[in-house]
Amino acid sequence: MTTTYDAAPAAREGVSGGALTPAEVERIRADFPLLRRTVREQRPLVYLDSGATSQKPTVVLDAERRFYEQHNAAVHRGAHQLAEEATDEFEHARERVARFVGAGVGEVVFTKNATEAINLVAYAFSNAGFDGALEGADPEVAARLRIGPGDEIVVTEMEHHANLVPWQELARRTGATLRWIAITDDGELDLSDLEEIVNERTKVLAFAHVSNVLGTINPVRTLVARAKAVGALTVLDACQSVPHLPVDVRDLDVDFLAFSGHKMFGPLGIGVLWGRPELLAAMPPFITGGSMIETVRMEGTTYAAPPQRFEAGTPVVAQAVALAVACDYLDAIGMERVRAHDAELLRVLLAGLAERPWVRVLGPLEAEQRSGAVAFEVDGVHPHDVGQVLDDAGVAVRTGHHCAWPLHRRMRVTSSSRASVAAYNTPEEIQVFLQALDRVPEVFGTAKGA
Amino acid sequence: MDLYQELILEHSKRPQHAGLREPFDAETHHVNTTCGDEVTLRVRLDGDRVADVSYDAIGCSISVASTSVLAEEVIGHTVAEAMGTFGAMRAMLTSKGQDAGDEEQIGDGVAFAGVAKYPARVKCALLSWSAFTDALVRAGATISTDHQNQTVGSTS
Repeated sequence: MTTTYDAAPAAREGVSGGALTPAEVERIRADFPLLRRTVREQRPLVYLDSGATSQKPTVVLDAERRFYEQHNAAVHRGAHQLAEEATDEFEHARERVARFVGAGVGEVVFTKNATEAINLVAYAFSNAGFDGALEGADPEVAARLRIGPGDEIVVTEMEHHANLVPWQELARRTGATLRWIAITDDGELDLSDLEEIVNERTKVLAFAHVSNVLGTINPVRTLVARAKAVGALTVLDACQSVPHLPVDVRDLDVDFLAFSGHKMFGPLGIGVLWGRPELLAAMPPFITGGSMIETVRMEGTTYAAPPQRFEAGTPVVAQAVALAVACDYLDAIGMERVRAHDAELLRVLLAGLAERPWVRVLGPLEAEQRSGAVAFEVDGVHPHDVGQVLDDAGVAVRTGHHCAWPLHRRMRVTSSSRASVAAYNTPEEIQVFLQALDRVPEVFGTAKGA
Repeated sequence: MDLYQELILEHSKRPQHAGLREPFDAETHHVNTTCGDEVTLRVRLDGDRVADVSYDAIGCSISVASTSVLAEEVIGHTVAEAMGTFGAMRAMLTSKGQDAGDEEQIGDGVAFAGVAKYPARVKCALLSWSAFTDALVRAGATISTDHQNQTVGSTS
């Protein structure tokens, strides 16, 4: 027996194509209890920080609670009924999440967050260097996992630290060289020397699908084609794309894809790694312990097949169950429509910012070229101060370097403010944000239009 | 909003004693890791007196203004008096709005009373103070263990 959750928000009535109607957004908003609260002196909350973490609909919260109330038990062990149910729930969730990104069920590994998912891949490379680590692996695959001096790892200058530091560390541990694709002044990847940077020595090309700061949608096809031409493996940080765009791992044709649950209406505490099955099958484990073993003797241990090999210890069961419901929820809206709504909000946002000459938008100026987020700076005012004035009006944005310090250095700013949207945001909220933003030059006495 | 007092805005636009000067006995560099704000701060001692504080502060209005007020309040004072001012500033900033600050003790520092209501900004106001106390120690000043233990952690 497993619990079936009803996760059909906007789809409760016949859906049309294109952007969400105001009535549909209202129904979606009604599903998110937190959006009803007020902040700072009873102001309605305008939540424009979904790029950091999204709010959660009741169905997702209920799913987690009902798992604990009805089915909680250790998975993959125990002969009792609850253990069977918990295992069923967990594996059903895996199937659901896999389907959300067009993946096979055995190809999806649950981690505690996307950072761990990326580290899992980075550590597979360094652990592959140990004697016998690739024993029994397909020799061709094994060769691709071995990395050392003379080899190169390529990232981009726009990466979140989560998709940069693990590769710096891998380079440090293995003696490989880290290289990176630069950013243009417009906040796009500079592909002019792609053929030189991604070359025969490249073992890994790791990059963001969508920049968490600039919102830039990166040209996955071009990068993957180049990586394939030189035999490099591709790792896609999809944290900012999976919540906003239709994502299909076969279509993207990457080798690994990582994303987090909490940015896509799912719970905190769960990340997802998808990997090509032949790669996962050859990869040595990252974290070791219980649940990931085949046989254990005092002299040594053999490992379970993926995905269990990469899920040592008690897995994130309740979180997986809730994340599966978040997938249902998003699919009920339709990812094409989530994208259309997102683009509509970004158009309003970018048009409003363009009318304010004292605001500089970082990254592409066309909504079609970006997804989810718009980072900007206000002339003469520090982002912390911008964020504070917005907060005073009930508007929540992110300020700081957004875990992308090199990107900010490249864009010649210390930090920035970032407004990011989700399916529950409205064009009216964007107007509230813009009006609140107008108070910034007033408070700080900086000239408008300066 | 009561956070941005005129005094804070003035100090942030025209920071007092700004710029890095020679000679100095110690220099520190502290960073607020959440936003990348940084302060490089130099201290020159003359016996038990703070002869000069010079700095280069890159940051929000709160952190720049706080550095400016710090310099104003400690230059020419004894190390013990400076640490007393630090203690009073910190007490006010961490009081969640309960301690309005004593103008006799912290001068323009009272303008920062509103910061205490915004926990995320307290770090901005204390960044330069942590750089300052760190620099005092490096310059060989004797700071009572009581003060040292309460120094806000280095974030660099």
